[in-house]
Amino acid sequence: MDEFLLFSLPPLLIAALAAIACALPGNFLLLSRRAMLGDAMSHVVLPGIVAAFLLTGSASGAVMGAGALAAAAASALLIEAVTRRSGMEPGAAMAVVFTAMFALGVVLLETTGTAGVHLDVEHALYGNLESLIWLGGPPPELLRLALVAAGLALALRLVWRPLTLATFDPVFAQTQGVPVALLRAGLTGATALAAVAAFQAVGSILTIAMLICPAAAARLLTRSLPAQLAVSLGLAIGAAVLGTVLAGYAPLWLGLPFTLSAAGMIATVSGLMLATAALIASHRAPGTL
Amino acid sequence: MIWQALLLQGGYNAALVSLGAALLGASAGAAGAFLTLRRRALMSDAMAHATLPGIGLAFLAMVALGGDGRFLPGLMLGAALTAAAGLWAVQRLSRQIHEDAATGAVLASFYGAGIVILTLIQGLGTGRPAGLETVLLGSTAGMLRADALVIGFGGLAVCAALWALRRPLAMVAFDPLHAGMMGIHPRRMDAALMALVLAVVLVGLNVTGLILIVALLVTPAVTARMWSTTVTGTACLAALIGAACGYTGAAISAGVPNLPTGPVIVLLAAALFAVTLLLRGRRHG
Amino acid sequence: MAKDMAGKWAQQSGAACALRVQGLTLRYQDVLALDNASACFPTGAMTAIIGPNGAGKSTFLKSVLGLEQGEGTVSAFGSPVAAAMARIAYVPQRAAVDWSFPVRVIDVVLMGCYRQTGLLGRITAQTSARAMAALERVGMQAFARRQIGALSGGQQQRVFLARALAQGADLFLLDEPFAGVDAATEAAIIDVLKSLRDTGATIIAVHHDLSTVATYFDRVLLLNRRTIAEGPVATTFTPAALAQAYGPALGGVPLLRSAP
Repeated sequence: MDEFLLFSLPPLLIAALAAIACALPGNFLLLSRRAMLGDAMSHVVLPGIVAAFLLTGSASGAVMGAGALAAAAASALLIEAVTRRSGMEPGAAMAVVFTAMFALGVVLLETTGTAGVHLDVEHALYGNLESLIWLGGPPPELLRLALVAAGLALALRLVWRPLTLATFDPVFAQTQGVPVALLRAGLTGATALAAVAAFQAVGSILTIAMLICPAAAARLLTRSLPAQLAVSLGLAIGAAVLGTVLAGYAPLWLGLPFTLSAAGMIATVSGLMLATAALIASHRAPGTL
Repeated sequence: MIWQALLLQGGYNAALVSLGAALLGASAGAAGAFLTLRRRALMSDAMAHATLPGIGLAFLAMVALGGDGRFLPGLMLGAALTAAAGLWAVQRLSRQIHEDAATGAVLASFYGAGIVILTLIQGLGTGRPAGLETVLLGSTAGMLRADALVIGFGGLAVCAALWALRRPLAMVAFDPLHAGMMGIHPRRMDAALMALVLAVVLVGLNVTGLILIVALLVTPAVTARMWSTTVTGTACLAALIGAACGYTGAAISAGVPNLPTGPVIVLLAAALFAVTLLLRGRRHG
Repeated sequence: MAKDMAGKWAQQSGAACALRVQGLTLRYQDVLALDNASACFPTGAMTAIIGPNGAGKSTFLKSVLGLEQGEGTVSAFGSPVAAAMARIAYVPQRAAVDWSFPVRVIDVVLMGCYRQTGLLGRITAQTSARAMAALERVGMQAFARRQIGALSGGQQQRVFLARALAQGADLFLLDEPFAGVDAATEAAIIDVLKSLRDTGATIIAVHHDLSTVATYFDRVLLLNRRTIAEGPVATTFTPAALAQAYGPALGGVPLLRSAP
């Protein structure tokens, strides 16, 4: 196989799949005004992974994934409980919970000697997309993300109608017998799943970017939910491809012998896409959105 | 060792770090009180993450000009510029999408750009980029007297400014419409508050790092709010909690090997919050 | 009493307007919320703004205050509203505030004294006494140290009226001050408003309950995007004018059951 297939295609596919997995729940988080939940969740993945490793001694992807999912679920429950019991705005409750859990993760990492051996904080933040290459077979992250993205798409297809109803008008949906609380919990779970699967491959920062930017940009450019979802997926894949290519080749074009962070570049590209969408939308006549 | 550090007997550097962290905690607590009352808690998170590209660009610019890339005031200036740009972007985007989403989008894309710039610095191999990563989680180990002085005076200046502006800030946070009719400019007050929060974020980069500074702003503030029925009381109590956590956290981390300062401070503040929630939280509803 | 007041104004048709509105127009995208509305609110009178839902009554008040950007000229006491803001107090229908905010009732009223206290000034005993007096006028002095969120809706409304009183204004704009409040609060508010009027202040209130217009107010402004009629209650608050403002459906309803 040639170099492209071995070294460049897997990161490209993984980035695109991570983008899809995040953009799917991202659209509904955005519409239900819970966009920052992704921020909180991708920060609490770290303590989940560390705790899972410390408890089981196993560094397998499945164990760490389970730990991360547990931490993400715990953070969602904690944020709800804190918001309810303190009466504060959800943003503040989120900030309190995710910083505390992230700090706990860092302390565990540093004091138990786990740091540097199996994990480090910077990797958790940036991901290491570039190192996911074809070694006699596809990297496990590729299969895992493909599975998660397909699962999320299928689940979304199944609950599409009640979910759109519950997102648009939860009170009305409730009166129509739609299980609003269950759907809300399901969306939280889907976000956690996407965040954890994407995190292991692309790091937390790209996860946040992909949960929010494509959906927000699509929201500004479209007028119906199906169109928004389709455009957001297109933008997510576009950002993933463009970002990976720019990170890998832009320095070479300038004659520099190294590559840039692909995750960082994809996040930047998705931000620029959102900025462009905002400019386009603000130049359209009001009332046409 | 912890007790020695708590009593400022753990050596000159430990004492310096403890006092610096206490003053940072105080100013962050007070600024955070007004920030959370204005319901902009997560804005500080976007601001903190948006400092990263500025730090990288400032490093590159200073190296390109033949200087030392790690010159702290230069890095701070760069951080302030991109953080302000990030804040502007959040406000601009909030006209079109929900503020939450705008905050997250700016946070992630500015931070992503910062990471790209850091890998660029690494690739170029100019100067010593290694030091730049400490802004993520902070580092108090190498804190110098000059750094401690900057933190101390910066913190005091922020507290003084907040005291002077406490009444209009409270009025804008409570009822911006009425504040406007009473001759206060809500937008100017918001800008002033954001500038003060930015000052805290910049100072805090050295202690807690940019990921956890939001905790120093928000956690003591929401804790204090559950104990006080007035704005001034909330701000003063938040400052006190922040100072106590900063001081104790720095002392503990000085006394225990491998224990990072920023996360310990954050965990102390979170513990106080948890206790407060149990004692003062609503039982139902 | 309302009748001889009305007579007074009938004589001095050129009486000074505390607030004069000319050609106020406001458009929300394609919807015309206010269409060339004009009115004069004489000094020392108590005027109700009435009209059907969606007639732009609240919008009228907000545009007058510059909270909404409308076209037209608005002057208060002969100068632009922005310059006369210190003499104007506004009480919104229900203040859009965070009720868990850490302020006590007395702190809210003290916010009305900000123009006197200024940025750096101390809150003197005199200022506190003034805030306390404002609370007493609305019968809320016993609640001064309560947190604002611990009060009932009607009590909160009275506190916001006290805040307006503490401002020392002589032009009061109120948006549905009696909406959703208990009877005790309604009585307390109307007493305060009438005593303000008797000391020369000008009161303008958006009002919903047509059955109390004649007992509470001296004058009415009938508004339905544009001015339908304005003048003393006795001559303006007529079935014909109401039918014109509300449409014929209301024409036959016995609105005037409680004439004074």
